[in-house]
Amino acid sequence: MAKYLLLKHYRGAPASVNDVPMEQWTPEEVSAHIQYMRDFATRLESTGEFVDEQALSSEGTFVRYDGEGRPPITDGPFAETKDLIAGWMVIDVDTYERALELAGELSAAPGAGGKPIHEWLEVRPFYGEQCTVTE
Amino acid sequence: MNEPLLRELVPAVIGVLVRRGADFAAAEDAVQEALAEAVRVWPDHSPRDPKGWLVTVAWRKFLDAARAETSRRNREVRVEAEPVPGQCEAVDDTLQLYFLCAHPSLTPASAVALTLRAVGGLTTRQVAQAYLVPEATMAQRISRAKRTVSEVRFNQPGDVATVLRVLYLVFNEGYSGDVDLAAEAIRLTRQLAAKTHHEEVAGLLALMLLHHARRPARTGADGRLVPLAEQDRRLWDTRLIAEGVDVLQAALARDRLGEFQAQAAIAALHADAQKAEETDWVQIVEWYDELVRLTDSPVARLNRAVAVGEADGPRAGLAALAGLDPALPRHSAVLAYLHERDGDLVTAARLYAEAARSAPSLPELEHLTRQAARLNARLRG
Repeated sequence: MAKYLLLKHYRGAPASVNDVPMEQWTPEEVSAHIQYMRDFATRLESTGEFVDEQALSSEGTFVRYDGEGRPPITDGPFAETKDLIAGWMVIDVDTYERALELAGELSAAPGAGGKPIHEWLEVRPFYGEQCTVTE
Repeated sequence: MNEPLLRELVPAVIGVLVRRGADFAAAEDAVQEALAEAVRVWPDHSPRDPKGWLVTVAWRKFLDAARAETSRRNREVRVEAEPVPGQCEAVDDTLQLYFLCAHPSLTPASAVALTLRAVGGLTTRQVAQAYLVPEATMAQRISRAKRTVSEVRFNQPGDVATVLRVLYLVFNEGYSGDVDLAAEAIRLTRQLAAKTHHEEVAGLLALMLLHHARRPARTGADGRLVPLAEQDRRLWDTRLIAEGVDVLQAALARDRLGEFQAQAAIAALHADAQKAEETDWVQIVEWYDELVRLTDSPVARLNRAVAVGEADGPRAGLAALAGLDPALPRHSAVLAYLHERDGDLVTAARLYAEAARSAPSLPELEHLTRQAARLNARLRG
């Protein structure tokens, strides 16, 4: 088994095919989308592939150390041009192909007009544990 | 085995150990160990006197730990097997534990964790699950909290207000994992109300009961948030409402108003309305005036503006909102709502979308997005 991070962006990913802001959908389309995401997570739990899922607020700030005895420097909130992660799902699957397959399904969540959003998701493998048995 | 009954005994048993001379941290550990043993043993051998059993086992665990500790330090055994005569029995141990666990030297998160374990009798694992942190993290938080209060004398009188803040925090966390924190907060507040005659304890208990009564109606079948005006009021728990109203009336009769009583009075007025249209908004505004006077809280002013909007029309609500910091949580949501009621759908739709972006939780984000979508669909015609 290997763990993968499926990363969803508010900004910074290539534009999705069905790229309409959510508040311009109908309320039923919003509900259908949320239901699809819930069902997806529930299904992955039932197949034993779900690990974690978190959503992030669109607020954020860069912070760095500024030397002894000084308060940290901040830069933010993020400018419009910055990448902005919206959330993630962590899955634990048998193969890389399976991770791609699931990311594809997640990207097919319905959006405006009830059609798939085709949004770009980033799939990132986790580093694995050191094998106990190495030849 | 009756786990709630078992947990109810926890504070009293800790109290007995402390009176016998154990320090709080060691007593609390010993009782947790005794609880774990009870969970193992009781299903097959249920004791006739559960509290006596817990005291005996916890005291033995305490002595074992104390001896191990003393011999580790290579000192003589100071702790005798015979219990030392206790201090004044009139002091209520459970009440003292509430004060200790909500001691002002603790951070809110530590006070909450310690209260749930020492007063509530939950295990570290249960507390950790409820707050979605690793068990090791929660164990550290609790043991640091115990070190922080280790210098506090057990029989020191405490401040009820700090205890109420902790219980209110627990209540507001809702529920996740296998522990229902709202129900647990009610249990602990009920227990506290039985031991004190403080009006605000009663006020908080009433507030919790009245809010808890609405919980079945607050979430739709698909997990969506259902606002008060749209709730199916037949789903409200009338037994809890009746109890909440009784508790509140008894408190108000003593004529020492506090913020929890005022909030409970507002909740009671909502509970009183069979339909949303029958809500007595004029009286609700009066209670918000009291609440603002008592707390001077911007959040109370924000909620008051909603009530004013219902009582005197959206323009009056908007006027009541003027002067409040737009950065307040839910400010744009309230503004959007009042603009919609005022007929300005374009502004309302824009503000709902803005409110969604700064929503403090996912259910609220989804709810506000739906509101914006609803108005935009209407505007498209």
